[in-house]
Amino acid sequence: MSNPFDEKSAGLTISNLEVLPGKRVKTHLGVVQGSTVRAKHAGKDILAGLKNIVGGELKGYTELLQEARDEATERMVQQAKSVGANAILNVRYTTTSITMGAAEILAYGTAVILE
Amino acid sequence: MGWLDFLDWIIFLTLLAVGYFAGRAAEARHYASIRKREQELAKVLAFATKYPPAAHLPQHTRLVAGSVVVGSDYFKQFVAGLRTLLGGRMKSYETLLDRARREAVLRMKEEARRHGYRLIVNVKVESTNITGGNRGGLPAVEAFAYGTALKPPAADGSQRAV
Repeated sequence: MSNPFDEKSAGLTISNLEVLPGKRVKTHLGVVQGSTVRAKHAGKDILAGLKNIVGGELKGYTELLQEARDEATERMVQQAKSVGANAILNVRYTTTSITMGAAEILAYGTAVILE
Repeated sequence: MGWLDFLDWIIFLTLLAVGYFAGRAAEARHYASIRKREQELAKVLAFATKYPPAAHLPQHTRLVAGSVVVGSDYFKQFVAGLRTLLGGRMKSYETLLDRARREAVLRMKEEARRHGYRLIVNVKVESTNITGGNRGGLPAVEAFAYGTALKPPAADGSQRAV
């Protein structure tokens, strides 16, 4: 999987700004989004349970959510490419805990063609 | 029967003691690391403003993000449980959230610096409660910080640095 945050490997600019400095929007293509629902590995959950006695960072979960966010971004980028955009502006992320042990990550933004 | 009750208490008190001492040590270590890295990264500026300075100049942009999941310790959980009976400030969880947010912002800044950026605008910080386990326990919180990193194009020397 190419890094969706990287302009060169993704082939498209993403930003959470509404207006990119020095660039003008030629066409608005509407909202694009990408989401993923991830569950935790039972083994990781047990480890996290033990870690919860002493406290501190739960690295397994950090990585899990990061991977999920990368995937949601990647899907959003794919959707934007399919409508012919060269940038996604005003990108937002939301995280929702669906049930215990599963989380949804949603990435959305406005697909545009920059001049 | 009486002996088993006793064992329960021993386990509970041991967990409480382990949570208290290990948790305090971990928190002190984390805060020391946060303070140190905050100083190191003071030159990477992060703003919550929507508009970058010199908004008319074309710049390189990159979405940068940082996240962390921090779990509470057994002692904090216990104290928080008592707190819900009385109400008021939950100091043990305040520090937990504070640590998570500052760590997320630091990681975002680290990512920006790794790619050669010194300015991040439109920074958003969000946090989510990640509850795991079957008993509905294990309070852990995720903090996620993201923003747009900016830098002037290197080729053009005439533009002033941000």
